[in-house]
Amino acid sequence: MLDVAIINYGMGNLFSVFCACKSIGLNVQITDDKEVIRNSKILILPGVGAFGAAMEIIKKKNIDKAIYEHIGKDKKIIGICLGMQLLFERSYEFTLNKGLGILKGDVKMFSINESNLLNVGWNKIIKKKKKTLLDLNSEKDKFYFIHSLFAEPKDTSIISAISEFNKQTFCCGIKYKNIEAFQFHPEKSADFGLKIFQSLKNEMKENF
Amino acid sequence: MKIPRIIPKLDIKGPNLVKGVNLEGLRVLGDPRSFIKSYYELGADELVYHDTVASLYLRNNLDKLLKATSKNIFMPIIVGGGIRSLQDVETMLVSGADRVFFNTAALENPKLIRNTVKKFGSATIVISIEAIRLQNNYICLKDFGRERTNIKVTDWILQIQDSGAGEVIITSINKEGTGKGFDLELCEKISKVAKIPFIINGGFGELKHISDLLNVCLPSGICISSAFHYGNKPSKEIKINKNEGNFEFLKKNKNFLNFGNISIKDVKNYINKVLK
Repeated sequence: MLDVAIINYGMGNLFSVFCACKSIGLNVQITDDKEVIRNSKILILPGVGAFGAAMEIIKKKNIDKAIYEHIGKDKKIIGICLGMQLLFERSYEFTLNKGLGILKGDVKMFSINESNLLNVGWNKIIKKKKKTLLDLNSEKDKFYFIHSLFAEPKDTSIISAISEFNKQTFCCGIKYKNIEAFQFHPEKSADFGLKIFQSLKNEMKENF
Repeated sequence: MKIPRIIPKLDIKGPNLVKGVNLEGLRVLGDPRSFIKSYYELGADELVYHDTVASLYLRNNLDKLLKATSKNIFMPIIVGGGIRSLQDVETMLVSGADRVFFNTAALENPKLIRNTVKKFGSATIVISIEAIRLQNNYICLKDFGRERTNIKVTDWILQIQDSGAGEVIITSINKEGTGKGFDLELCEKISKVAKIPFIINGGFGELKHISDLLNVCLPSGICISSAFHYGNKPSKEIKINKNEGNFEFLKKNKNFLNFGNISIKDVKNYINKVLK
């Protein structure tokens, strides 16, 4: 059985996520094949791209069904950046788009005076839950963010981490059952991010 | 306040890292992978890979470099040079880039900005502007500074942000590679019109130049090439591919006079001090 299947919806920074998994010794594959997805312990839904375009491809390739099936079996899924946002019900990027609806809530734009803002760079985060993949060592830990939208979960108890941009606090991590998601890019956050993949591997070894 | 990211910029020609002055006279400095690894270890915030001949030859070779470096470099990378289509953007992202920049192709076909933003998201699409001072105006150049346009830099920025691009990289051709300080007049003009974040490139030579820059604007990032590359002068360990380019500089094995040994950490500490 494959450790990790990285879902290929034609527009993510798949190779970086692949290399991060490989570097800590996970058995990983980039795929849109439902059989491969079905036979993997962990799914990663990566993210670079526009919400609407991504959902269109996911539906066209029937990947949504494979994701629902995976979650239905209580298997682990990780969402990264857009991949985190896609787990929610709706997004307001360009126009209103429907997401996978696995988590309740909306994805909204950072904006001020009607111009959109881009949160780009390395930021500190604050942990909100104890048992998650986030293993912060010190206040020095920083993660790379690149996004102009953020998720607002209805149930705030699923928030695992928060960060701040433009004097606004936003949710940058989710943990709900076997779903974990991050607004920042662990695969691009040097050693701070690689620790998340390491915790994922450790967790997998304990559970399976 | 957001602290500007420190972004080493790597100009690539064929298999080699190169560096010029005013985007001309490109000297070969060595295998880019050695420089990239060292910038990752030294704590750079982001990297720019720029294929310097791609738009001239209608090709971009950076996917191979991206694939090679993605294996052990876990940091954000912006890639550009010769990117012309949705397919090109996808190729770069799949190979390990996070964001992609256009210059020539966007000037020739401004619709490309909106089309790529729609598919890849605003955050992914960066526009590079090569600005040259002509009389009292700044004009956009294309093809790595080889061709002139009639488009004013400030007009172009307005159009870019209207099309949804996430960020701009502005290179001052007049200052690029000189180490004599940033083009403050250009920076001031840009900060007056730009609503989207902008990265300033070209001119850094000493720490004081940073405080000069921060006096006139607050960029989202600062690109530095010569000062880091020459401070990081190729050692014997750096492999060189001698099939392409100008090797005179490397053969002489001497230091470049305008630049001292300024590290990424020095620059970061200095910025933190200035902004406090």
